[in-house]
Amino acid sequence: MHRMQNRVEGAGIAIQMRGVRHAYDNAVSVLDGLDFETPAGQFLAILGPSGCGKSTLLRLIAGLDRPRSGSIHAAVRSSGIAYVFQDAHLLPWRSALQNVALPLELMHVPRGRRADAARSALEQVGLSDAMDRFPNQLSGGMRMRVSLARAMVTRPKLLLLDEPFAALDELTRERLDEQLRDLWRASGMTVIFVTHSTTEAAFLAERAIVLSARPARIVEDRAIALPPDRAGAIRATPPFVAEVRALYGALERGEP
Amino acid sequence: MRASGSLTSRILPPVLVLAGVLVIWDLYVRVTHTPDFLLPMPTAVIRSLFTDRRLLSSLGWTALAALSGFVASGVFGVLIAIALSASPILRRAFFPYTLFFQTVPIVAIAPMLLFWLTPGLEPVVLCAFIVSVFPVIANTLAGLMATDPALIDLFRLYGARPLAGLWKLRLPSALPGIFTGLRIAAGLSVIGTIVAEFLVGQIVGEVGLGVRVVGGIHDSHMDEVFAAAILASLLGLAMFGAVNLAAHLTLRRWHASER
Repeated sequence: MHRMQNRVEGAGIAIQMRGVRHAYDNAVSVLDGLDFETPAGQFLAILGPSGCGKSTLLRLIAGLDRPRSGSIHAAVRSSGIAYVFQDAHLLPWRSALQNVALPLELMHVPRGRRADAARSALEQVGLSDAMDRFPNQLSGGMRMRVSLARAMVTRPKLLLLDEPFAALDELTRERLDEQLRDLWRASGMTVIFVTHSTTEAAFLAERAIVLSARPARIVEDRAIALPPDRAGAIRATPPFVAEVRALYGALERGEP
Repeated sequence: MRASGSLTSRILPPVLVLAGVLVIWDLYVRVTHTPDFLLPMPTAVIRSLFTDRRLLSSLGWTALAALSGFVASGVFGVLIAIALSASPILRRAFFPYTLFFQTVPIVAIAPMLLFWLTPGLEPVVLCAFIVSVFPVIANTLAGLMATDPALIDLFRLYGARPLAGLWKLRLPSALPGIFTGLRIAAGLSVIGTIVAEFLVGQIVGEVGLGVRVVGGIHDSHMDEVFAAAILASLLGLAMFGAVNLAAHLTLRRWHASER
């Protein structure tokens, strides 16, 4: 069936950043010359204190803003990028299904294909029963899952997430983390996940880049030494705790 | 606007108040022997309401003018707001002048409109429009400008055309504001119509409710004046109610104001 996809077709894209600097209009420097590369298909967590410029970095990668200097190379058209915000940001006048179909609608995908793709994206995040509900009839966690399904419906090659589950309770957040990791493993897309939580970064990512306080520079760039199969229980194991400690230490080093 | 309690318990109190007012009014006129050219008996007003056929045709004229002015306000108010929302320069240049619509003394303008336009329906509709368009512009503009910036980014990310952004995002976001504007415009368009009829109608001899008010005072037929005023209020109420119903049907699925 056309809605099923194999890993190769959905494979992610590589990103190169060279000397990326950015400042706001009032000349406050936000990013202070960032250099890094992400190979295709990597799950990268970007960790840093609040207000350090993580969201700015994500907006630059998405092409929503342009850097003051430096270059960002992502071998993908903007339609191959999906973005998940801190809150669900759904259209309140549309049902869950219509919300998920929105990106395809904007990209002029024919109606029938839209509905099929939206339905299967909602199934992927476990919301088969809530397709016709409106956002105000959904819990915070369900709204976020609709938002995730909306991002996945275009089968992005690059998924950008900006502290997407920060406003949810711990249990819901862990469930969503697990779901997101499954989605990543099934699709082979590149994921860049911005967070200020060391445990979330360690659980999700293959690699974590830790940024300093503003203006942000890279304090630490480490591979997360955990197996690819991660169940929720891994959070209690010594290797996991060691990763969290290492990330925490890096965060502390980045303090002004 | 939420329904609470049974139908009877919602309808009974205002009906009792109305009955009480009518009784006190009736008693006052009887006891003080007020002549009916100063204050008519309520029964005389009610008789006028139900027996005066000309009042109905007056209501028709006024309703036509007020509705036309209201529809024009809705259409042009939203279009003007969309244009103003499109660019900060346009907004800075023109928004101060839209305030003119709110502050213009319609009583001073109406005779000029009469002078410039063919006396008849048009100047009356134009008055209704001028009086009622500003709230539509202001509330629609506020709604359009309050569109969630994250969603605007999302539309950009997927390469949405400007028209798709307007139709699928900004206009729906502005709907609660548009309805707020229309609610205010519904009442104002009736007021604008009546005021215009005071001045315009006398000359043309078309008999809207405003003309009947002036004529009734002139001829000392106070029952006619009261009946015309009541019909004008009912017209405004009916238009307000229609906007409320439309707002409820449109927004009930998703907006907090209608749940």
